Amino acid sequence: MTSELDIFVGNTTLIDEDVYRLWLDGYSVTDAVALRVRSGILEQTGATAAVLQSDTMDHYRTFHMLERLLHAPPKLLHQLIFQIPPSRQALLIERYYAFDEAFVREVLGKKLSKGTKKDLDDISTKTGITLKSCRRQFDNFKRVFKVVEEMRGSLVDNIQQHFLLSDRLARDYAAIVFFANNRFETGKKKLQYLSFGDFAFCAELMIQNWTLGAVGEAPIDLDSQMDDMDMDLDKEFLQDLKELKVLVADKDLLDLHKSLVCTALRGKLGVFSEMEANFKNLSRGLVNVAAKLTHNKDVRDLFVDLVEKFVEPCRSDHWPLSDVRFFLNQYSASVHSLDGFRHQALWDRYMGTLRGCLLRLYHD
Amino acid sequence: MPGKLKVKIVAGRHLPVMDRASDLTDAFVEVKFGNTTFKTDVYLKSLNPQWNSEWFKFEVDDEDLQDEPLQITVLDHDTYSANDAIGKVYIDIDPLLYSEAATVISGWFPIYDTIHGIRGEINVVVKVDLFNDLNRFRQSSCGVKFFCTTSIPKCYRAVIIHGFVEELVVNEDPEYQWIDRIRTPRASNEARQRLISLMSGELQRKIGLKVLEMRGNAVVGYLQCFDLEGESGLVVRAIGTACTLDKLSSPAAFLPACNSPSKEMKEIPFNEDPNPNTHSSGPSTPLKNQTYSFSPSKSYSRQSSSSDTDLSLTPKTAPYPQGPRIYLCPSSPSLSCGSLHLKKSCLLLSESSLTPHHSSLVSPVLRKSVSFSEELFLAASGMGSGSAGKEGGPFKALLRQQTQSALEQREFPFFTLTAFPPGFLVHVGGVVSARSVKLLDRIHNPDEPETRDAWWAEIRQEIKSHAKALGCHAVVGYSESTSICEEVCILSASGTAAVLNPRFLQDGTVEGCLEQRLEENLSTRCGFCHIPYDELNMPFPAHLTYCYNCRKQKVPDVLFTTIDLPTDATVIGKGCLIQARLCRLKKKAQAEANATAISNLLPFMEYEVHTQLMNKLKLKGMNALFGLRIQITVGENMLMGLASATGVYLAALPTPGGIQIAGKTPNDGSYEQHISHMQKKINDTIAKNKELYEINPPEISEEIIGSPIPEPRQRSRLLRSQSESSDEVTELDLSHGKKDAFVLEIDDTDAMEDVHSLLTDVPPPSGFYSCNTEIMPGINNWTSEIQMFTSVRVIRLSSLNLTNQALNKNFNDLCENLLKSLYFKLRSMIPCCLCHVNFTVSLPEDELIQVTVTAVAITFDKNQALQTTKTPVEKSLQRASTDNEELLQFPLELCSDSLPSHPFPPVKATSVDYSSFADRCSSWIELIKLKAQTIRRGSIKTTVTVEKASPVGDGNFRNRSAPPCANSTVGVVKMTPLSFIPGAKITKYLGIINMFFIRETTSLREEGGVSGFLHAFIAEVFAMVRAHVAALGGNAVVSYIMKQCVFMENPNKNQAQCLINVSGDAVVFVRESDLEVVSSQQPTTNCQSSCTEGEVTT
Repeated sequence: MTSELDIFVGNTTLIDEDVYRLWLDGYSVTDAVALRVRSGILEQTGATAAVLQSDTMDHYRTFHMLERLLHAPPKLLHQLIFQIPPSRQALLIERYYAFDEAFVREVLGKKLSKGTKKDLDDISTKTGITLKSCRRQFDNFKRVFKVVEEMRGSLVDNIQQHFLLSDRLARDYAAIVFFANNRFETGKKKLQYLSFGDFAFCAELMIQNWTLGAVGEAPIDLDSQMDDMDMDLDKEFLQDLKELKVLVADKDLLDLHKSLVCTALRGKLGVFSEMEANFKNLSRGLVNVAAKLTHNKDVRDLFVDLVEKFVEPCRSDHWPLSDVRFFLNQYSASVHSLDGFRHQALWDRYMGTLRGCLLRLYHD
Repeated sequence: MPGKLKVKIVAGRHLPVMDRASDLTDAFVEVKFGNTTFKTDVYLKSLNPQWNSEWFKFEVDDEDLQDEPLQITVLDHDTYSANDAIGKVYIDIDPLLYSEAATVISGWFPIYDTIHGIRGEINVVVKVDLFNDLNRFRQSSCGVKFFCTTSIPKCYRAVIIHGFVEELVVNEDPEYQWIDRIRTPRASNEARQRLISLMSGELQRKIGLKVLEMRGNAVVGYLQCFDLEGESGLVVRAIGTACTLDKLSSPAAFLPACNSPSKEMKEIPFNEDPNPNTHSSGPSTPLKNQTYSFSPSKSYSRQSSSSDTDLSLTPKTAPYPQGPRIYLCPSSPSLSCGSLHLKKSCLLLSESSLTPHHSSLVSPVLRKSVSFSEELFLAASGMGSGSAGKEGGPFKALLRQQTQSALEQREFPFFTLTAFPPGFLVHVGGVVSARSVKLLDRIHNPDEPETRDAWWAEIRQEIKSHAKALGCHAVVGYSESTSICEEVCILSASGTAAVLNPRFLQDGTVEGCLEQRLEENLSTRCGFCHIPYDELNMPFPAHLTYCYNCRKQKVPDVLFTTIDLPTDATVIGKGCLIQARLCRLKKKAQAEANATAISNLLPFMEYEVHTQLMNKLKLKGMNALFGLRIQITVGENMLMGLASATGVYLAALPTPGGIQIAGKTPNDGSYEQHISHMQKKINDTIAKNKELYEINPPEISEEIIGSPIPEPRQRSRLLRSQSESSDEVTELDLSHGKKDAFVLEIDDTDAMEDVHSLLTDVPPPSGFYSCNTEIMPGINNWTSEIQMFTSVRVIRLSSLNLTNQALNKNFNDLCENLLKSLYFKLRSMIPCCLCHVNFTVSLPEDELIQVTVTAVAITFDKNQALQTTKTPVEKSLQRASTDNEELLQFPLELCSDSLPSHPFPPVKATSVDYSSFADRCSSWIELIKLKAQTIRRGSIKTTVTVEKASPVGDGNFRNRSAPPCANSTVGVVKMTPLSFIPGAKITKYLGIINMFFIRETTSLREEGGVSGFLHAFIAEVFAMVRAHVAALGGNAVVSYIMKQCVFMENPNKNQAQCLINVSGDAVVFVRESDLEVVSSQQPTTNCQSSCTEGEVTT
């Protein structure tokens, strides 16, 4: 006696959250059943393995049918085939678009292309996340990217509108899309200590301050250049950043800057002497990063540079985070007192964001 | 030109990509009604076209309006080649034809293609302007309301229940026409869908005409079925109960127009007729007279339709002198029919003694429950005289005779209703059923479907005579079904023989009802359990006792019915789903030989199914079955029997005895041990079940009652008879001794297996209950969370050495596993009850068994549930722990000598009819008629139940129902097989939903195999039902039923095809908690209803 066909269809589509999770995690039906058995569900409910198998198959089939709709979440809301309460719809969507930290760290900043997709095998092996799940997550990134790529307006809003994600998740996707678009390098060994949250935080700051959209009423609104408001860095701004070079190129300016900072921080910093000794190096590092951002290659290496030029030196001197904060605040603020420096607004736009990023990146 | 149909195509969305190059679609729409077609403009390059068309107007006959569906086809425009069809929408415009229902159909409909399934949606608006006058209107039967619900629909009251209406229409099946060889599967499927749509429209119209002839305005319990007879054609048949309904208009009536017994019911003055259920008039005989006198013929009624008004008024005042003619007196049913019965049972006796092979074939146990009643006699003689058969010739004669006698009697006093107003049912006699095996052949003249008509007439006649044998003049809870395999067809009909209250036969006037009510209260509370037949001349051996409730009338010890538990019945504890499952192998054969083989098997199946039911009922410690439905399915090489019912413990019926196992070979020590082991297991199970279902019948103290009741607990029969001797009739006394033990003899492996199978049924996990009736006896605090579902399973039997035992086990496992799966899936709803569990078995191929289940899970509030079990009876009597005694003491020795007279009344009458092929093979001599009859009556007393019913905890369901449907863009449409929605009031019926779909695939694997294919299809069917309801302005479908789910696969060709037929009533419901808010809207409804009344009633 074999079961040829075995289905259950409810007027309200039944969604089992646990099974959904297993499905999203890419387990095969057999594995999922084994995992469910291990969870002790049989004892709790008095069911048999066969029942569990049938139940799991059923849910998997439902999810498989839903998947097509989940690719365009608004469709899930308007479709008539599955009657699902809105709260459940939201859950389905949110979970479907959720991703694993380990996975996203591997892919963050990479081009969402077929080439990367081929590497998913390796990522799967490395992270222990099933290939299926990796594919789903990768495809999600790619899909979101494709949809919002050409859109104007707020990246987060666009994502939220087209994928009906929660605010938190939409922000994460904005970061992913932003990183993928700008191809920031995040995979270097040096950067391994950074979490996705760290990058997402930075991305948000950069989107808010360094992109075209950040300028508010974008001056080049009517310009035919297809720069996406939130996704691409403001090229003009990057160009202008060269002007900051004077801060380190001009010896006087540099000395003056240093003395201003040192005066202000004397006695307040545990690592004052180290700071004093390193000031020029640090300042040179930060300003050079800015000046180099005109080249795409250097934009990609932004985080590597920041870590190399700033985070690592400070860390090797054991600066506490509070001291880093004092220093950066003072370092940014002191520039306003440099009479010979004319690019205050530019400096603020640059340093305001960078300060936030550095503080976030500064940890073990 | 009595009607103008107006259609507007607004927009489409989510269309499929039809042009690969552009990834877009150039869509346009064809709107077709009858022979007229309109087209919209092509909306270029969009998957979400906005046509915003003008109003397409069709000027059509009202006959067409009823028959034809509106057909909307969405196509992709192609400049160079033929336009590609995207899909279709069929819209049944019937709901627009009666004023109370929907006024407009407007909404998003899934665009359906039989090959690809749903492909996007289309927004359509449909209106109908009827500019005909009333009389004209009526001739086409527009305006007759149809309800699938098998009780008086909430928010209506029955003025008169006229009775049975039936009709059938036949046609050739397009799938089997020659043209099918050259057309595409899509064209063929669409031709079929359209044809069936047309046929159902026609059928409905014809039934409507019959209703109008009877002066009714509605059909309740409308059940339409398709018989796919393959080569020989396509039959669409329908049965229903014609009624005159009044819309309840007073706001007061709205509250209680309700679902379940509710508190208000009692408080509302009766003349307001708060509960539609309360009202209805029993038709039966007098009605027939009525029909006859008013509308002797179609033509007459047509011509006289202008005088309808007068006619419909007459019934109210017209006396029915002949009314009480037939066993109508509740108190003395036996008197009126006594003599008749006497004769018949004599005949019976002789008949049975003349057929020795009969008793031999069934071993001792058989004797217990088989009885031959006069029906055998009847059938035999009928056959002898006419050899009935396909030609229907002899039958015509018979029919003519009937017609003559119809002057005095209703042709078929049948009612498809399963729930009735209190007082309507006087007595219930038991289940009556009839089956007949027929050979199909091509229907030569579709316009004269005489053969099929005659077949059914024959079966109905048989049912009627069964009912008569039970001393009943009517059959309630009546249904018909077929099972077809190749050219053999089994026709089945079943129902519950009943005596109806003569008062309800008259117009349901206020005074009548009041009076009735009083009378009921005074005398006949437990009346429905009391036997309608003469106890001295019982149509079958039954064991009678005095009613445990009133102590005055006799009741049987077990009662089987096909109806729902009357709302006012006093039940102890909870009920449970009881199923009997059975398979029998059969040799493959052709035509007559096959039919003969089947006919020979049927009686045994009937008998075994019945025995199983009885055993299981005992095992549950219960004494009555409701909602009994026995399905016999025929396949190439086997027959399957599946009976489902809801077991309950009726307080008015005696406590059931236990089950006694007896071995045939007493010398074998180990065998004895085995037996006693089994016995112990059985006893344990009974004890466990009693606890599980909270069956604690009150101990009946003999001093109080005067002890007319046999005490099953007493070991000694002598003692018992002493105690009873005072007022018991002697012959009844004799039977008492046999009553407590139901003996199972284990004399071979078969019997052994029976016992095993008894014990394999696992009770549902805690927190779950299940029943196949509308509501679960003993639970009435439903919350509003419901989940309707359909589950389908197909298993493939290993073809190697199939035996009956292996087959039975497989089938049993299949059903049990299916139930287990359901419990598991729905575990989040605990505490919950699966209601209206409806199993359907089919045998699509040689080694395949398909089981389809549709049911609804309803959660209930556990805390409140506990209190409801107490009944006044219980309170008044002392409680004692009777269980132990009962369980442990079986009159072990008595069983053997008591065998000849069966302790248990066989339940339910069945007959197998060979007449159709009798003329050919003359095998009819072997006729075996098995019929067990059932009797059942329940005592009822609803007071307490009613009180507990309404608190359906507003609080509870509010919490539960709050979260969903907050921002949904798609309105939630509930679906339920029940006639009500817990925690809500139905405020409006929008019309019947009756849809037929075919889905076919040639890429089975790609669609996820058979499971993926069917899963998607059923989900699509639900979606289309919901969309139609939503477009009518409704938010629920009640009395939903999946009547057919025919699935065929050919994995080798990567193909599969499935046909599904569903129906239900589209309704608008309002949450009880929202009622106050809504009350402001009610005037509208009232207005409408009064309009309707104007048209129809006055």
